[in-house]
Amino acid sequence: MIRLEGIERVFTVGDERVHALRSVNLAIESGAYLSVMGPSGSGKSTLLNVLGLLDRPDAGRYALFGRDVQGLDERERSRLRREEFGFVFQLFHLVPRLTAAQNVELPLILAGVEPGERRSRVRAALASLGIEDRARHRPHQLSGGQRQRVAIARATVMRPRMLLADEPTGNLDSHSGQEVTRILEDLNAEGLTLLVVTHDRELGRRARRRIRMRDGTIESDTETA
Amino acid sequence: MRTTDALGFATVALRGYPVRTLLMLAAMGIGVTAVVVLSSLGEGARRYVAHQFDALGTNLVTVIPGRSETTGGPPPLLGTTPRDLTLDDALSLYRSPAVKDVAPLTLGAAVVNWRGAQREVTVLGSTGALARVRDLAMQRGRFLELTDPHRAAPVCVLGSQTREALFGHHRAVGEWLEIADRRFRVIGVLGEKGQSLTTDFGDTVIVPVASAQAMFDAPSLFRILVQARSRAAIPLAEAEVGRILRERHDGEDDVTLVTQDAMLEAFDEVLGALALAVTGIGAISLLVAGILIMNVMLVAVSQRRAEIGLLKAVGASPRQILGLFLLESALLSLAGAAAGIAAGLATARAVAAAFPALPVATPAWALIAATATALGLGILFGILPARRAARLDPVEALAGR
Repeated sequence: MIRLEGIERVFTVGDERVHALRSVNLAIESGAYLSVMGPSGSGKSTLLNVLGLLDRPDAGRYALFGRDVQGLDERERSRLRREEFGFVFQLFHLVPRLTAAQNVELPLILAGVEPGERRSRVRAALASLGIEDRARHRPHQLSGGQRQRVAIARATVMRPRMLLADEPTGNLDSHSGQEVTRILEDLNAEGLTLLVVTHDRELGRRARRRIRMRDGTIESDTETA
Repeated sequence: MRTTDALGFATVALRGYPVRTLLMLAAMGIGVTAVVVLSSLGEGARRYVAHQFDALGTNLVTVIPGRSETTGGPPPLLGTTPRDLTLDDALSLYRSPAVKDVAPLTLGAAVVNWRGAQREVTVLGSTGALARVRDLAMQRGRFLELTDPHRAAPVCVLGSQTREALFGHHRAVGEWLEIADRRFRVIGVLGEKGQSLTTDFGDTVIVPVASAQAMFDAPSLFRILVQARSRAAIPLAEAEVGRILRERHDGEDDVTLVTQDAMLEAFDEVLGALALAVTGIGAISLLVAGILIMNVMLVAVSQRRAEIGLLKAVGASPRQILGLFLLESALLSLAGAAAGIAAGLATARAVAAAFPALPVATPAWALIAATATALGLGILFGILPARRAARLDPVEALAGR
């Protein structure tokens, strides 16, 4: 599904050049469940951003479904983000003035889906996550676990092929965290490719394929059958 | 993205920050109000003057004795005393086919006396033609007769205020009164046409021109009012009046001709420029509002970085984000313009109610121009913030950096 070859990403912070990714090679098959772990600054999030087309590598090759995405312009990249990827963030990133349903509807609106279809898809997405009764609530009226579920509903409503989760349980208590983990794993079981960036060893260990990063390189890549 | 959805999103975003939205609405609204009010006042002043000229009569050429034109040359060595304008001069103007009517005019002040009630009034000497030339309406009785202008008939027509002051509730028509110790019979009372730029007919007494000349012992006319056959005939009438009087005055150009159109045009030009100038001053406040919108939108963009980052993550293209933010400024401007037009029209109406003499009128071009300017400025000053939003790096925006 995804193939990264010799990916480099360098940031300039002040006078210092930080090598966030150094010649990273990675292949991800459809339906995989990966975790990416490693100390802060090891390049985990940058890898996730590059994979999700939020960031552009400075060098290397990125093929998505066999298609080189390096040369694409911002419009094409945003279209791919919308259709192929769903993002789940540590801070949820819900728009505060919109209700849960409106937040979930956002990607559909941007995609130009017609209103009738939007409503039924939003309702289905909320229902599958057990928060249909919270549809009209605003983010500040929801608990952390509920917020993250709204965010997951938003990430999946476009039926993407890959879910990119950056510390999805980082801001949740252990109970909510476990629930969110279960939801993500259920989605993976239904065939959605799942990549989780995390500090949490327990969460990291659950993945079938575990990647450890250090100083921008992949230190280890182990897979359990 | 559908247009209705974009509108909905922008509206919700504007409602999400009510203070800044109201602030910008107020700024834009005040600017538009200023433009609407100032242009209404300017138009009112223009109409006021135009109305005053209408009150002067129609298609008028005024003959003034003496050459008052400034040519810039040195004064002639042998001073030329202007010849008097005589009644015969005036009557000779009927020779021109372009001239429809001629009203000679003399002017003096005298005391009018009726049964002990006295009043100092302006005495105008003229002929029956004056009523037509100046478009005078009668309240009672009739105007001077169209008989031989040389005949000094002892009749007079009163202005409405003169009648009021002298007669009060008494019937005036048919009464005899004294003007400068000469007896005159009242044959009519003028309607209340009100005041015009040059003369207040309300406070006058009008007598036959020959009677006035005898009363003041002055054969010279104050003015000759010439009415051209039509608006198109005014230039020809002016030329012929000049030629006839030059012939009669031994080839000397010793009169000044003033056409109503020329005066009106001059006034119109000045007032038009003035109206534009005050409207322009109003437009400056629109510009200030535009700059304010730009600044507030810039702040909004940095406040909403995380949201913009998220929009990008869920697949908004730079174009969509640019469009959304431009739409916000455009909606703000339009709402501000609408509020401003409402406030401006209300203010103009209040001014009209407070000063009924001023025909305050809001020109349609001002409404259209104010709205277009507000919208244009809103979009223009919205471009920079919207572009900044569209170009945000999603990773940095999401991280809140």
